[in-house]
Amino acid sequence: MAALMAILKRDLALAYRQRAELMQPMLFFILVISLFPLAVGPEPKTLQLIGPGVIWVAAILSSLLGLERLFRDDFQDGSLEQLMLSSTSLPAAALIKVVAHWLTSILPLIILSPLLALFLHLSEPMYWALLKTLLLGTPLLSLIGAIAVGLTVGLNRGGVLLALLLLPVFIPLLIFATSAVESASMQLQYSAQLAIIGAMFLFSLALAPFAIAYALRVSQT
Amino acid sequence: MAVLSVTNLSVVKRDRLLFKNVNFAVKQGSLLYVKGQNGAGKTSMLRVLAGLVAADCGEVYFTLQNIKDCREHYHQHLVYFGHKLGINLTLSAVENLQYWCKQHQVVISVDTIFYTLAQLNLVGLEDIPVSNLSAGQQRRVALARFWFKQDAKLWILDEPFTALDTQGIELLSKHITSFLRGGGAVVMTSHQALRIDYPTDELTLEYRI
Repeated sequence: MAALMAILKRDLALAYRQRAELMQPMLFFILVISLFPLAVGPEPKTLQLIGPGVIWVAAILSSLLGLERLFRDDFQDGSLEQLMLSSTSLPAAALIKVVAHWLTSILPLIILSPLLALFLHLSEPMYWALLKTLLLGTPLLSLIGAIAVGLTVGLNRGGVLLALLLLPVFIPLLIFATSAVESASMQLQYSAQLAIIGAMFLFSLALAPFAIAYALRVSQT
Repeated sequence: MAVLSVTNLSVVKRDRLLFKNVNFAVKQGSLLYVKGQNGAGKTSMLRVLAGLVAADCGEVYFTLQNIKDCREHYHQHLVYFGHKLGINLTLSAVENLQYWCKQHQVVISVDTIFYTLAQLNLVGLEDIPVSNLSAGQQRRVALARFWFKQDAKLWILDEPFTALDTQGIELLSKHITSFLRGGGAVVMTSHQALRIDYPTDELTLEYRI
């Protein structure tokens, strides 16, 4: 347990020291979303229609930008080797690293989201639905993304490959998340969509750590 | 008793056979010096021995248990030093070593870390980012690990003397000798002639095409 806490502390400390690098996906997120009102016009109805989709697509893209940080530095400087050679369980360590990554690079996006909902004229029920889907759905992005990062970290240029591998996998999440917000805009129940996203999240929470650990071991060869 | 033993080990890398059917045992208090020219497979062998990579054929045993079956137990008693230092350049030397000790469940006080770093001639450089240190100093920081793990039974060192000055080489050689005298086992590679005053077993790997 102490070992896992140390990994969490280390990753948070590192994120704080490299905060300039962390800011970039966040600024990208804000900029992409603020382009839409400029491009499609300030008509509230249109913006409301495309808003949830735009925020979700932007969240997925900007999470992809920062995803490589998850294991890249540790792989290159050998910290990952040393971690594998400790008696700490690798799946647990991988899960902790994903948690640290979510806290430092995805949570700020969620905190910024009210401002962006305002840009896109989302109504209050729509905003709450969006927030719930983001809170349940983005950990899924990090968990599944970490498997792909684990697999591509040994290749020196995994950046675009990572996006090509991951974007198709995120389609179901995107469909259920935007459909939840759409239901909310019509004052309908959206607990079914949330339940499906929650189920996907729990499923990946249970299995992804083992897949990440396996991918990281494979990358060592 | 053999700390580490290897049976019929073969490793293939990118369709090239590095070595085939290697057998050896490293006993308590003995030093195995793996020799061979560049590309002969020394690093690959050490990575297999450490359990980072699975061998294509053959088994590795730690105190007569297959390392696949006792990974945690094995790693608790192993210190590995590879080409990659395992030092994060953004963190300071002390932070790097503290996090390493915690990950490896080594209980150690900050004072001991400062004292060891002082022994390694790194006074005044303990809490600045490691990226500001020279290559040799960075390696010294990484080598400090060998001073911390008290219950280690096996050290694996891949080219530990690279980029070290004569004083550093002497310090490390002495430390390795005292570990061997205390009953530890060491497997190492080096292109420099060993200046270790201790009986050495040699294993030479041929370069195969």
